[in-house]
Amino acid sequence: MTDAILEMRGITKTFPGVKALENVNLKVKAGEIHALCGENGAGKSTLMKVLSGVYPHGSYEGEILFKGQVCEFKDIKQSEQMGIVIIHQELALIPYLSIAENIFLGNEQKRGGFIDWNETFVKTKALLETVGLKEHPNTLIQSLGVGKQQLVEIAKALSKKVQLLILDEPTAALNEEDSENLLKLILQLKAQGISSIIISHKLNEIAKVADSITIIRDGKTIETLDMRADKVTEDRIIKGMVGRDLTNRYPERTPDIGETIFEVRNWTVYHPQQDRKVIDNVHFHIRRGEIVGIAGLMGAGRTELAMSIFGRSYGRQISGQIYKNGRELRIRTVSDAIDNGIAYVTEDRKQYGLILIDDIKRNTTLANLAPISRNGVVNENEEIVVAETFRRKMNIKTPSVLQKTGNLSGGNQQKVVLSKWIFAKPDILILDEPTRGIDVGAKYEIYTIMNQLAAEGKGLLLISSELPEILGMCDRIYTMSEGRLTGEVERKDASQELLMKYMTKGKGNERWTS
Amino acid sequence: MDVIKNVFRTNVRQYGMIVALVLITLLFQLLSEGILLKPLNVTNLIQQNSYILVLAIGMVMVIITGHIDLSVGSVAAFVGAVSAIMMVDYGMPFYAAMALSLLIGAAVGAWQGFWVAYVKIPSFIVTLAGMLLFRGLTMIVLNGQSIAPFPKAFQKISTGFLPDFGNNSIHLLTIVIGIVLSLVTVAQEIRNRRTQQKYGFDVLPMPWFVLKLAAMVAVINIFTFVLAQYKGIPFILILLFALVVVYTFVMKRTVMGRHVYAIGGNEKAAKLSGVKTKKVTFWVFVNMGALAALSGLIYAARLNAATPKAGVNFELDAIAAAFIGGASASGGIGTVIGAIIGGLVMGVMNNGMSLLGLGIDWQQGIKGLVLLLAVSFDIYNKNKSGA
Repeated sequence: MTDAILEMRGITKTFPGVKALENVNLKVKAGEIHALCGENGAGKSTLMKVLSGVYPHGSYEGEILFKGQVCEFKDIKQSEQMGIVIIHQELALIPYLSIAENIFLGNEQKRGGFIDWNETFVKTKALLETVGLKEHPNTLIQSLGVGKQQLVEIAKALSKKVQLLILDEPTAALNEEDSENLLKLILQLKAQGISSIIISHKLNEIAKVADSITIIRDGKTIETLDMRADKVTEDRIIKGMVGRDLTNRYPERTPDIGETIFEVRNWTVYHPQQDRKVIDNVHFHIRRGEIVGIAGLMGAGRTELAMSIFGRSYGRQISGQIYKNGRELRIRTVSDAIDNGIAYVTEDRKQYGLILIDDIKRNTTLANLAPISRNGVVNENEEIVVAETFRRKMNIKTPSVLQKTGNLSGGNQQKVVLSKWIFAKPDILILDEPTRGIDVGAKYEIYTIMNQLAAEGKGLLLISSELPEILGMCDRIYTMSEGRLTGEVERKDASQELLMKYMTKGKGNERWTS
Repeated sequence: MDVIKNVFRTNVRQYGMIVALVLITLLFQLLSEGILLKPLNVTNLIQQNSYILVLAIGMVMVIITGHIDLSVGSVAAFVGAVSAIMMVDYGMPFYAAMALSLLIGAAVGAWQGFWVAYVKIPSFIVTLAGMLLFRGLTMIVLNGQSIAPFPKAFQKISTGFLPDFGNNSIHLLTIVIGIVLSLVTVAQEIRNRRTQQKYGFDVLPMPWFVLKLAAMVAVINIFTFVLAQYKGIPFILILLFALVVVYTFVMKRTVMGRHVYAIGGNEKAAKLSGVKTKKVTFWVFVNMGALAALSGLIYAARLNAATPKAGVNFELDAIAAAFIGGASASGGIGTVIGAIIGGLVMGVMNNGMSLLGLGIDWQQGIKGLVLLLAVSFDIYNKNKSGA
């Protein structure tokens, strides 16, 4: 056993109102591949940002030891100088520059103040050989696929004399073959003495390559498992990730479920730019008064599924059928969807849900101006009455409905978005992460509203990354992974372990050796 | 008192602009030793600025959707030229020629709107191309020369006045219109107040309400009285008034207006709320085209000639008017009234500085600084209220 290359001790990081990390410990041994696991929002990314200096020293508590030396990074540059390089989920390459220019961006090979292109070229060529990428250094990034771009990122990290490589969801956007190549490369780097930390939701991949695993839950270290010594199964990891006790955070409800009112068949959607299926032949249905959940990890295609159904707002080459009350619907635009009684509460309320510079009343009525207007003229007095009604009903905490929505808290913003869609009088309501980033009290209120809507006989589809929420709210749950539905579970049969198992169902499970 | 504070706070920008306009007017009134507000000069001010104000109305709508239109000056020149060919060369009656000209303007707008809304080419580029294209077409159809004179009836659009009954030293009809307008305004305000009370909303306390009405009546009547001392109400003022009323109504009260603001405020959210973003954007450009055509007609009528150099820099004046009037460069914010006030600020400054004998060189520089100051005041206000 070698010594630890990295030790993070007692890391605590607080954001206003939230404790993102609490006394987290992480120990990475020299020359190992260390996986970091946890649910969405468990604090993995925050921990890596603390490590790489995105959150500078002083903004967190605890200490970082790298190669036995105490480190106090003020920015990314300092951590990179020490040999810690992070590769983010969204690649940070500039598409219109060449591979060589990207690799040495910010670290240009200079001679007398001018760029030495020969030196740059030679070095790039050597780096590309190391990562096994057969491309000319002058190739533009935009002509490369995501898999190859990922390799360029690693080459860039190598150019910085990396000793600890951090990969945040490196295979999320890759296809199977590219993923395999990438994992093999990481094993290769390990043989050369470069340690890595991998954050991944794909447990099968972790089981293949990791030497040890640290599990984080709710901002705390739960355990570190040694993959070599113990016999660690995927189920064992899942147990660690989700094992939290469920308190009574969900309002009581007796479901009154009727006939099927909404059905989607053979739904396939392609990525808007790349030639790959984002949604692959999905079938599902919703019944009257039912709350149906879709569970899946980041990148599983949940939002893409919802948006492609909601007036083809995502993707291209969309094929499949949508039925409502047994009748096939023709939905080409968002207004078709709304006219057919479908509503979609977007995942990102600030970017896609609200007009932040407009007031509450205008946001409330935007999707359905018809009832408060005559011959295209809006009755503003009626509008205020409508907005006031919703303010009271939804308990939106604001002095006036003339308040700009940009000035509201997250929970109240979400209530305005919900008001908008309830005012549109849908029969089918799709809610995409409706409680993300809002406090527990507001969450409970939103759950209560959802239950009311179900009791009124509407069909609800809840997309959520929080398994307890899915388990607490839904009558029936579909799981998604890599664009496909991988399971359907009734409430009484559902458990976090079972869902997580379906959600992490990859395409291959054999273990490799390095 | 809270009600009043609220009214002021929510309308700081609007009131700020009115205050600025009044101050600038008073400043030049003093500096020009009273010439600025002489009846003749007030009439001049209206006629001189009418074509920019017409453009500013369309421009503020384009800017609210988050776009820009650089082509309006060239489009105005092009339509002016075509109308001259129709009226002067082919002897077409002026009303038919005008109607056709407005249609041509709308078609030009549709052309540009198509590229912007459906092909998704940035409006800056589409309208920059339009600016060159239609300037070129203007010179081609005019063969590089001016066409003049227009029929008398057509010139009246820009230079005519409302006729008066009898032969009075003062224009009586204008005074009557002022009084009628005051009555309508008062009745309208009282009706609004009643509806608002019926819905149980906050209204201004009675004394303040009366004060507001008195101020409005005074402004209307002083204005018509000044005009009556010269030749009365210019035709163009009636046209402008109608445009402002109609477009304010459209932007404030109709579904279409709502959708325009929504697109500028957050296009993605608007789209996901069922707003037909492409269609609305397209029609905003069609409308801009038609208004640019109207502006071109007014300018040609005032000049009594169609020239290849007509409308140069009109787009910049219209854009400046919209921004001085509180429109936001990132879209979603702005009003028709604001753009008109912004246009008047520019107009009064132009006129005032000319009266003082300042050269065009100094005028340009000072106008540039005013634009910068007005917008930075706006940003400062926003940051303050946002904090």
